[in-house]
Amino acid sequence: MLLSVENLRVSYDQIRALQGISFEIDEGEIVCIIGANGAGKSTTLLAISRMVPAEAGTRMTYMDKDLLQYSADKVVSQLAISHVPEGRRLFENLTVMENLRLACFARKDDGVRRDVDRVLSIFPRLAEREHQKAGTLSGGEQQMLAVGRAFVSGRRLMLLDEPSMGLAPLMMKGVFDALREINQEGTTILLVEQNAQLALQFAGRGYVLENGHMVLEGKSADLLADDGVKQAYLGG
Amino acid sequence: MSLFLQNLVNALQWGSFYALIALGYSMVYSILMLFNFAHGDIFMVGAYIGVGVAAVLLAASAEGALALPPWAILVLTILLAMVLTSFVGMLVERIGYRPLRGAPRASAAITGLMIGIILETGNLALLGAQRIRFPSLIDTTVYEVAGVFITNTKIIIVVVALLLAAGMHFFVHKTKWGLAMRAMAFDYVAVPLMGVSVNGIAALTFALGSALAAAAGILYALAYPVLDPYMGIVFGWKAFVAAILGGRVSVMGATLAGFLLGFIEIFVAMIFPSTLRDLIAYSIVLLILIVRPHGFFGEPYSARLRL
Ligand SMILES: Nc1ncnc2c1ncn2[C@@H]1O[C@H](COP(=O)(O)OP(=O)(O)OP(=O)(O)O)[C@@H](O)[C@H]1O
Ligand SMILES: [Mg+2]
Repeated sequence: MLLSVENLRVSYDQIRALQGISFEIDEGEIVCIIGANGAGKSTTLLAISRMVPAEAGTRMTYMDKDLLQYSADKVVSQLAISHVPEGRRLFENLTVMENLRLACFARKDDGVRRDVDRVLSIFPRLAEREHQKAGTLSGGEQQMLAVGRAFVSGRRLMLLDEPSMGLAPLMMKGVFDALREINQEGTTILLVEQNAQLALQFAGRGYVLENGHMVLEGKSADLLADDGVKQAYLGG
Repeated sequence: MSLFLQNLVNALQWGSFYALIALGYSMVYSILMLFNFAHGDIFMVGAYIGVGVAAVLLAASAEGALALPPWAILVLTILLAMVLTSFVGMLVERIGYRPLRGAPRASAAITGLMIGIILETGNLALLGAQRIRFPSLIDTTVYEVAGVFITNTKIIIVVVALLLAAGMHFFVHKTKWGLAMRAMAFDYVAVPLMGVSVNGIAALTFALGSALAAAAGILYALAYPVLDPYMGIVFGWKAFVAAILGGRVSVMGATLAGFLLGFIEIFVAMIFPSTLRDLIAYSIVLLILIVRPHGFFGEPYSARLRL
């Protein structure tokens, strides 16, 4: 088991966004969490990357380590967990290459050059725009850069928050093909999506989140066939 | 003509002080979204630390424990004072600002004012009211070139200031820490996702800015050796003006604006009675700011306050 989350509770001010959810991910898997707007998907990822505090009673174990002992930057630098946040959050004042180099900030191994080259070969459009400011990239190119950045910063677990957002179908296919390739090279992926169809086709397993509760889990094929899921998330 | 050139030389020296102090102001303001109003007092602290370091080095060299030529003592004084003052800067960040991260902006701003007062009066409490002289480390030599008098002190001041500004530019644009600083200036909320520690970069920013202020303090003391605990206040204000005028995250902008302020002040004083200097000089600066409200250079930043 790579990551196990037990009884995760997160509150914003007075509102509890996650009501004690539990789930786990094995090494090498692609797992998705689907749910409606405001269900708590982004909050779940933010709690894992330690960008929002979890309440007492929460247990999160990652590679037999207590995740709650790590600060947000250490989650990346010491645990190799990377997070592509909602809205990408590229550093728009920096170039494509600078964004990639920044993502390697904490890496001390000598594979940096190789991994950056790998990103540029997966996404040739980024290679052509190495010295362009990230803020001037198209939405799809920005998404590629966000994924590429996550690829070089955390090689073990990648948290993806709606990577399909704002992408044309062809661009989307490109990004998801690249993600599958990255997964086959050994990176575990936890994906969060509103687009349930897409997410369940891509992931091996899925969880359904509703108002801060995990209401369903199962193999993607089973969830795709589930009447409740069909009705609520797949448009009948 | 020689009057003009003479003033040009003086303006370069005067601008050097503003430029070095403005750099620290600008970096802290750009990267941490913080007006560090104690920065002028760090300049003062740097000068006083310089006095201490120089005294120790001079004593050691007089006793023969350390055979150093005068220029080496000057260089060592500058470097050691920069290092020591950077620790003062990090301390200010650690106890003054870090606990207030996330607090309303106004609270952080008055923190700076309070730390400034503490540094000034702390100095008074520690060293008493009598003025302290910076020891003379090198003998002044005057060169006359085409009717213009240039001292070796002036040359040292301008050259050191330009070297430090260039070094800062290199650091910000060519190193991975500089890269992290520029990223943080754009979106400090998202920076931890890159494995970068916000606290680490904040400390580094304060350390670098304070080191430059210390260098400014010692260079200032070479030209004007009588120090007092309040010497940093007006310098701080003016350097703050230069920092904003230069534009966000621009080492070049802050440096140029610092020199520009020096030029405006000196040339206004050349034409008008010196009592009117700041009145006229800062009216001009105000006009510049009205025309260029975002300063000379400067980068945009993300307005998103959370992930
Ligand atoms: N910073 C915040 N302050 C207050 N409430 C918040 C904050 N962030 C999220 N919430 C609330 O927490 C709940 C869960 O939000 P979250 O962003 O995790 O939802 P989501 O499943 O990602 O939704 P979407 O699909 O729209 O992105 C929502 O009700 C939201 O309003
Ligand atoms: Mg979301």
